[in-house]
Amino acid sequence: MALLEVDAVDVFYGRVRALQGVSIEVDEGEIVALIGSNGAGKTTTLRTISGLVRPARGAVRLAGKPIHTMGAEQIARMGIGHAPEGRRLFPRMTVQENLDMGAYSRRDGAKVKHDFAWVYSLFPRLAERRRQLAGSLSGGEQQMVAIGRALMSRPRVLLLDEPSLGLAPILVDAIFDVIREINGEGTTILLIEQNALIALHTAARAYVLETGSVTLSGPASELLASADVQRAYLGM
Amino acid sequence: MSAATEAAVGGRRPAPRIRRGLRLAVSQGQFLTVLAGVFLILMLLMIVQDGAGTAGNEVWRGLVLGAIYALIAVGYTLVYGIIELINFAHGDVFTLSAFYSIFLAGIPGVQEGFFKRFFGFDINHLAGSSPGGLVLALLIIFPISMILAGLTGVLIERVAYRRLRNAPRLAPLITAVGVSFLLEGIMFAFFVPPAPPGQPGLGTPGAAYPTGEDGWIPTTHVLFNIGGSHGVVIGANDAMVIVIALVAMFALAGFIRYSRTGKAMRASAQNRDAAQLCGININRTISATFFLGSALAAVGGVVYAMHYHTITWNQGYQFGLIAFTAAVLGGIGNIVGAGIGGFLIGLVEAFTVTLIPNGGSWALIVVFAVLILVLTLQPTGLLGMRVPDRA
Ligand SMILES: Nc1ncnc2c1ncn2[C@@H]1O[C@H](COP(=O)(O)OP(=O)(O)OP(=O)(O)O)[C@@H](O)[C@H]1O
Ligand SMILES: [Mg+2]
Repeated sequence: MALLEVDAVDVFYGRVRALQGVSIEVDEGEIVALIGSNGAGKTTTLRTISGLVRPARGAVRLAGKPIHTMGAEQIARMGIGHAPEGRRLFPRMTVQENLDMGAYSRRDGAKVKHDFAWVYSLFPRLAERRRQLAGSLSGGEQQMVAIGRALMSRPRVLLLDEPSLGLAPILVDAIFDVIREINGEGTTILLIEQNALIALHTAARAYVLETGSVTLSGPASELLASADVQRAYLGM
Repeated sequence: MSAATEAAVGGRRPAPRIRRGLRLAVSQGQFLTVLAGVFLILMLLMIVQDGAGTAGNEVWRGLVLGAIYALIAVGYTLVYGIIELINFAHGDVFTLSAFYSIFLAGIPGVQEGFFKRFFGFDINHLAGSSPGGLVLALLIIFPISMILAGLTGVLIERVAYRRLRNAPRLAPLITAVGVSFLLEGIMFAFFVPPAPPGQPGLGTPGAAYPTGEDGWIPTTHVLFNIGGSHGVVIGANDAMVIVIALVAMFALAGFIRYSRTGKAMRASAQNRDAAQLCGININRTISATFFLGSALAAVGGVVYAMHYHTITWNQGYQFGLIAFTAAVLGGIGNIVGAGIGGFLIGLVEAFTVTLIPNGGSWALIVVFAVLILVLTLQPTGLLGMRVPDRA
């Protein structure tokens, strides 16, 4: 059984259908990528998993347990960490406070302390700026806070929505190194990425979303070799 | 342009929000300087006109009133900060809480309090017996009134605002006005002397509810007298109002800064989705916000009932609007700002009363002129947000 299952989900915004029969599985310890063009429904898929959007049909299960009927805050406590599109930091809180909010529902103070150290070691830049207000950070630094905040909940599954957005190429590589490192320490990851090349090189498996439906899926190496993917997403 | 194409063109960042109302907007520093200058000049004018003693007494009276405005203003700012609603019913929660305290304590020689009637325990007597007794009486009346008011606030949000949280802005605003009328109607029905026989209606409009000669606590005791018989008189009752207000506001500020719930409140105010993703229960957090705001208004209400001789069923309307002005002056959403704004508006009233002939009837006009000036010159107020919102 997969750790995270999205099972034949339909999502509507008003009358507009954003997702139609989307099914995704993520196994424990995997990195899975979700690629697709703008407006395909990638963000909507992640928001459905974390409960910010309710599916009209279908189910989302974590370790076999249906979670799509729960409130977003409950889902977060079940072990889903989400670094959302556009970062969504708390701009008038410091870096440290933002990370602290990530650990909001945890009661294991000693381990939280340890995880602060861990996040700061993943992103040394943040350690230097821990007293700075998040709203005044650069875009890349904000992205680090967003990922760090999601990590502070010690999630079983980490959802990353375009972690490389707006970052300089060198920083993109650095962020993806960190993503692999996080995964190496046992966190399961589902990530959205516009840069299909780096996504497919990082993930074990991937799903291609087009206008609200999954059109292709499989091992990343196979998708890399697929002519369709090469034409549509790799610009070859 | 569809959302998808907009994203493709790179329109991800929201357009920079316009924060200043007009071209003649001034910087925060200029605003503060001008404000301080104006206050100083007015103060000097008062001293020249009436002598230092009278001027001092008026300023002191303004500060006492300002403390009450400050306590109410905090509730406006808290609620606005988290759900961007101007809770018009807030002023009436203030009035209601004054009635709660009277209901609990009773009025010497007029009305038995709840504790006297049901437990044979006279709080007024306790308060008058000794300083220790007074403190004990306050420790009974304040928490209970605050809890009652807090629950009232929570109930109002639950019944009238929650379902409208995602409705257009105007809808909850109108409901808020409705709730305000509802509360005033209830208070009119219960706390106004009945209409004379043969006259229609529930009660005598305009009639005020007496709280006894000294409020419900006899504390005409003079604490300090600076400068002799024509000097500044600081009554124990007055000083108590200010001390209690300051303690309550600092306690609240500390709670919001350091407590778990306080952090959840700040996070929810800054980004609701992200707060949920952190495991914060938004409904519970908003309830907590209403509870705290209403409890602070209750501190103001209890203090008011202690200090002034009458409570009027519809005074919450005026107090609410003035306190709202204070919140805007301080920078809406900012708790410290609301506190400072409250005291400043109290001073503005004191200046008006003393410097303008027949100034009492001008007080409201001047206060709202201040509101308009702040909104046009410095919409973010004294301590409005100064952080760039890039996140
Ligand atoms: N809040 C909303 N209200 C109405 N429609 C929405 C809303 N959010 C998204 N949509 C629509 O749903 C569709 C899917 O949007 P989504 O944000 O999931 O796309 P995406 O794949 O993440 O795109 P991008 O790569 O541009 O981020 C789009 O057509 C979008 O216009
Ligand atoms: Mg997206």
